[in-house]
Amino acid sequence: MDAMMLDRRDFTRRLLIDRGDLLVVPGLGSATYDVAAAGDHPLNFYLWGAMGGTAMIGLGLALARPDRRVAVLTGDGDMLMGLGSLATIGVKQPNNLVIVVLDNAHYGETGMQPSATKNGIDLVAMALACRFKHARSVSRIEEAADVRALLHGGDGPILINARIREEDVPRVLPLRDGHAIKQRFIEALNPV
Amino acid sequence: MHTPANIQTSWPDAIYAQFRRVGIRQVGYVPDAGHSRLIALCRDDPSIADVVLTTEEEGVGLVAGAALGGQRAALLMQSSGVGNCVNMFSLLRNCGFGCVLAVTMRGEFGEFNPWQVPMGMITEELLRLCGFLTYRIDSADAVDETVGAGCDMAFNGDLQVAFLLSQRLIGPKVWTR
Repeated sequence: MDAMMLDRRDFTRRLLIDRGDLLVVPGLGSATYDVAAAGDHPLNFYLWGAMGGTAMIGLGLALARPDRRVAVLTGDGDMLMGLGSLATIGVKQPNNLVIVVLDNAHYGETGMQPSATKNGIDLVAMALACRFKHARSVSRIEEAADVRALLHGGDGPILINARIREEDVPRVLPLRDGHAIKQRFIEALNPV
Repeated sequence: MHTPANIQTSWPDAIYAQFRRVGIRQVGYVPDAGHSRLIALCRDDPSIADVVLTTEEEGVGLVAGAALGGQRAALLMQSSGVGNCVNMFSLLRNCGFGCVLAVTMRGEFGEFNPWQVPMGMITEELLRLCGFLTYRIDSADAVDETVGAGCDMAFNGDLQVAFLLSQRLIGPKVWTR
């Protein structure tokens, strides 16, 4: 089973290769560390809190900047806490928004307690029920290139449920000062 | 007709005019009867993205995302919704996102439903604890000036500002059996 699942760091790194002007919103915890490990970038809005809110930050950003592509990378726990936002996003139909759930079916930050996805709760079916244009699960590293292409050009809203291994990887800690993360992002996105 | 007859049309129009003046481009809301006219004004405005939320804390994320993208956003909710937002409000404080929140009050003057009272009683204090500047508005005459001043403070200073539109202003919810 595990052999069919993704290495979270390798998968995230492949998604963000040659990222160009992609805007990236990683959810708190491991997703933030994974995105930092793929290479620090001013157009990463790292979250260290606000659990459940990552997809909605992506929506606000996608609506504000329809000329840019927005990628939300987050964990299953964060997505489960914000399930209602799938409906909210489905109503607005932002075609520039892609959500990638790094789904290890556990709460990794707090002792690997099993999450709802461990018990068969299906985020892909929920996204499709919420009128996402495309949603699917991936579990092979060869699919990373396809997902990367969706980040840059897929007709959104899209949700990809990436089945990753339930492993503990070393933390890679990016900026933590919220004002600094925000200011750096805004200056990089809106150069004076 | 969903708009209670006792809602004056002047104050929602005044809020909307201030939203236009300061260039608000996204408005997130969970509907409330007291906000029905303001919601309709925002929905009819092609320059404003109206976002109906399934729960109020989604709006906090929306505000942050809008600001990252260079847009100003406002949230409309009733007092019960403030309680749903408490942890998410830390996003606004931690990063310094300017935000205006228009809260229609329930559970106070003339409220028919006691289930609204516990949250209504703590709404303003809770907003202050969460770092908001709060402005309570009891009369239609005060809406334009107060909302205008609060919007300027929010967006010039990256502050969190809430307007509490009192039940005295809105009129108690009409209850018919």
